[in-house]
Amino acid sequence: MTSTPFILAQSSGGFFRNRSGETDSCVENNGFCPSWIVHHIDRYVSPFWQHLFLVVVSVAIGFAIAFALALVAHRRRWLVSPITQVTGVLYTIPSLSAFFILLPITGRGSTTAIIALTAYTLLILFRNIVDGLDGVPEESRDAGRGMGFTAQQLLWKVELPLALPTIMAGLRIAATTTVGLAALATYAGAGGLGDQMASQKEFISNVAVGGALCVLMAVGLDAILLLAQRLLTPWARARTV
Amino acid sequence: MNNPDTAQAEGTSSHPQAATLEFRNVSKTYPGSSTPAIQDLSFEVPAGDVCVLVGPSGCGKTTAMRLVNRMTEMTGGDILLDGRSVRTRKPADLRREIGYAIQQIGLFPHQTVAENIATVPRLLGWSRERIRARVDELFELIGLDADEMRGRYPAQLSGGQRQRVGVARALAADPPLMLMDEPFGAIDPINRERLQNELLRLQARIRKTIVFVTHDIDEAIKLGDRIAILKTGGVLAQYAKPAELLMQPADAFVENFVGADRALKRLSLTRVRDIGLWDVDAAAPLVLVTDDDNRPVAWERDGARYDAMTIGRDEVVRDALSDMLRSEVEYGVVVDENGRVSGLLSFEIIHAFLVPEAEGVQA
Repeated sequence: MTSTPFILAQSSGGFFRNRSGETDSCVENNGFCPSWIVHHIDRYVSPFWQHLFLVVVSVAIGFAIAFALALVAHRRRWLVSPITQVTGVLYTIPSLSAFFILLPITGRGSTTAIIALTAYTLLILFRNIVDGLDGVPEESRDAGRGMGFTAQQLLWKVELPLALPTIMAGLRIAATTTVGLAALATYAGAGGLGDQMASQKEFISNVAVGGALCVLMAVGLDAILLLAQRLLTPWARARTV
Repeated sequence: MNNPDTAQAEGTSSHPQAATLEFRNVSKTYPGSSTPAIQDLSFEVPAGDVCVLVGPSGCGKTTAMRLVNRMTEMTGGDILLDGRSVRTRKPADLRREIGYAIQQIGLFPHQTVAENIATVPRLLGWSRERIRARVDELFELIGLDADEMRGRYPAQLSGGQRQRVGVARALAADPPLMLMDEPFGAIDPINRERLQNELLRLQARIRKTIVFVTHDIDEAIKLGDRIAILKTGGVLAQYAKPAELLMQPADAFVENFVGADRALKRLSLTRVRDIGLWDVDAAAPLVLVTDDDNRPVAWERDGARYDAMTIGRDEVVRDALSDMLRSEVEYGVVVDENGRVSGLLSFEIIHAFLVPEAEGVQA
């Protein structure tokens, strides 16, 4: 969050390009320079964590809001359509415009980025939670009610566990998408890998490392969520005899 | 609890006794519908009886069943469980006291078989040990191997196994009343027959009051102690024991629903001892030769002897008729459990039984 001044300072000087001490024609030509990358990888560490922070916080807040909205809509079906439309509109606003619209209100920094990124996750998460709950077999619901589950018990012990695969699928899409979008958070002054990339956007090594770390983060988050899903839903892999 | 045979009476159960069930002028009209789904339905089910609700689709039989545990709310009349109105109960509490098994079974795919069976005991807050013991007992009751099945998920079971688990789950808290909505409807005919027989054996052991919904009149006759036939619009056409239903259908609808072969169905419901046998003298000029203990030896006529076919008193008439047809004999000698002569069965008796009004018609 507070890495912004640091990164700005970095972009002001040329010295950091060549901490390895070599006079490297590759670096001079803004090329793809493995040796430079190896020697300067540490400068990506802080932006990486800031980037991850933006993603995790945005998806977490987005999930909390979408979850609450989905539970309300689960009881009052007529709300599904308006909520889908509103979150759909949020989803279509280009993230850049969202940052610029928010800047005068919330100022430069993580808050602005998180608000916009959160808004982005809502449609995907809301739709998947609602779809997951809708996909619960009607006979499981009927049997549950018929055996004396209250509505709350049915929700927490039957409906949500059965909706989990669909909900987790939504979380995986939201996390992956947000990693990409958070690269634009630099325009909100929120740092992250996008900041690092923008600081020397003509230097291919820099942009390539930033991009690769984004991909790595997306794949890593996806793998963690997939693993969590598998651990939480052992039944989903039980084969029919 | 240590002894599975007595668990029913003392240990795991909170409701060891079967309950009586009474429908009292019950009606149900769905909101926005001008025609009622159930109209003025009244009947009583004695404790421990199987009451089958049967009728064509759209007759409201499932609705009638769901009114009992308030899965559907009645709009008129009352339903009494052991004399107490279900209206006075909190739906969730009421339902935990009533076993519930449906055609689609509705096992929870995310829970193991053991967890599924333990559903209601867990809702009732039983201790772990009590639940484990009860689940093992139920595995034994439905004839599945506990150690093999406990940890499986529903997707790993065959259709018949799922159905058994569904019944075990409904029985878990030993409810005094069971509701079963076409539980064997989606099962192939051979397995359905087996499951029906299992249910009858099970019921002989547990003696629950059961409300069983089906559209299959043969299933109704086989399983029911009493049968309620419903017409479209939820009108009770007849409520009677199976034999009475077959013998005296209340109206053309029942007669038609019960089917053209209802006479044959009656033959499988009646024991030979119950249909007005003749004395063996009625076979004259044939004379029955017996030994010293009054056991039949042979028929004799004009000095010639013929084999005497015997029929047990406790056989159903249908089997006796079938034997007589196969042996090509005119009379069957009915014997008691010791093989002693107790009467004579003829085609004429069976005919008279089937067509009570056709007196004097020759067989």
